[in-house]
Amino acid sequence: MAIEVRVPTILRSYTGGSKVVEGSGATLSGLIDDLDAKHSGLKGRLLTPEGGLHRFVNIYVNDEDVRFLGALDAKLADGDAVTILPAVAGGALGFAAAAALLGSSSNRNATAPELTEGR
Amino acid sequence: MARYESLLDACGGTPLVGLPRLSPTVPEGAPPVRLWAKLEDRNPTGSIKDRPALFMVREAEESGRLRPGDTILEPTSGNTGISLAMVAKLRGYRLVCVMPENVSSERVQILRMYGAEIIFSPAAGGSNQAVAVAKQIAAEHPDWVMLFQYGNPGNARAHYETTGPELLHDLPTITHFVAGLGTTGTLMGTGRFLREKVDGIQIVAAEPRYGELVYGLRNIDEGYVPELYDETVLTRRFSVGTRDAVLRTRQLVEVEGIFAGFSSGAILHAALAVAHEAVKAGTRADVAFVVCDGGWKYLSTGAYGGTLGEAEEALEGQLWA
Repeated sequence: MAIEVRVPTILRSYTGGSKVVEGSGATLSGLIDDLDAKHSGLKGRLLTPEGGLHRFVNIYVNDEDVRFLGALDAKLADGDAVTILPAVAGGALGFAAAAALLGSSSNRNATAPELTEGR
Repeated sequence: MARYESLLDACGGTPLVGLPRLSPTVPEGAPPVRLWAKLEDRNPTGSIKDRPALFMVREAEESGRLRPGDTILEPTSGNTGISLAMVAKLRGYRLVCVMPENVSSERVQILRMYGAEIIFSPAAGGSNQAVAVAKQIAAEHPDWVMLFQYGNPGNARAHYETTGPELLHDLPTITHFVAGLGTTGTLMGTGRFLREKVDGIQIVAAEPRYGELVYGLRNIDEGYVPELYDETVLTRRFSVGTRDAVLRTRQLVEVEGIFAGFSSGAILHAALAVAHEAVKAGTRADVAFVVCDGGWKYLSTGAYGGTLGEAEEALEGQLWA
């Protein structure tokens, strides 16, 4: 048995269009190396140049976010199901809108500066 | 308290109810593991979003950012839009919502009923187009006020000051708090409060996992994490698929009589996961989770009837939470 990895649409250009691929590794880091060996370039999309998990990539092991399971050191076992998703998080309209609005300097005025200050 | 000066004063103070039938059974002599539902559908417009909407408007008023007669612009078709529409109506503001023209007719009707104005963006362009339209409108109207729930600290503060204290008051023995992760306001605010007051509290996020269309970015860098999000507040984060969310939503009404929306089903799924782990570990657990809204607005999806497969199909590509 291997580890089943679900790949989001946006990354399927690296997997020949496959939605589900198989890989192996004792940790998430090992799995990503294994996947990159078979699907060259994938690693570069999942990790930052510094080697951390990309901010807009979420990876789940058996439906649990790996960032709370040790991130790249998260332990894996045969039979685990790994899901990769881009971080658009739910309410797509709201999130996408927010991202676009915040990302656009021409609209910074729409959100008052005090909004970005924490408590 | 059951008497209020106005509807706005009746926000919050929602009941926390035990789920004796859905709580897992523990072996004889083992410590109890109990599930508790915080019924946020008992808010003025029927969802948890009344809390942040009220706080954000109030804080904008206090800071002078929002003045009588102002226009609030919000790109939303969800519960926040409905809550803002009600608050705007009672506080004397004009609300403009931007949304794709293919949102459910219930949403449009409710928003119009509250007097909100709706600007539709072409359905074919999806949310990207709605974004473009919202950007354009914001640029054309610099005097309009965007409360921006994803980055507005008032959103989290509403939960820090109300939801958190209510939970602690009603369930001092709380061990886990489970809620949905959208703007992240509920988890950030309630989570911070409970972490300050309860040793070892577990703050658990349930994140809806939608159909593929929703994740259709052109590029990873188009992704987005809400400004409010601070992962150190959370203990764990679960991704819950449509099928599990529907299954639990149905169990909630069939077993405990609570008619809720699908996001609440997703949250219950995560709550049950941590509850069963506690049973396995033989530890005591009082797991409080959020019922975000009632099921009324989702009836037209048809996902309350038929097989799970049919329901999953009915919700494919929809933002069910």
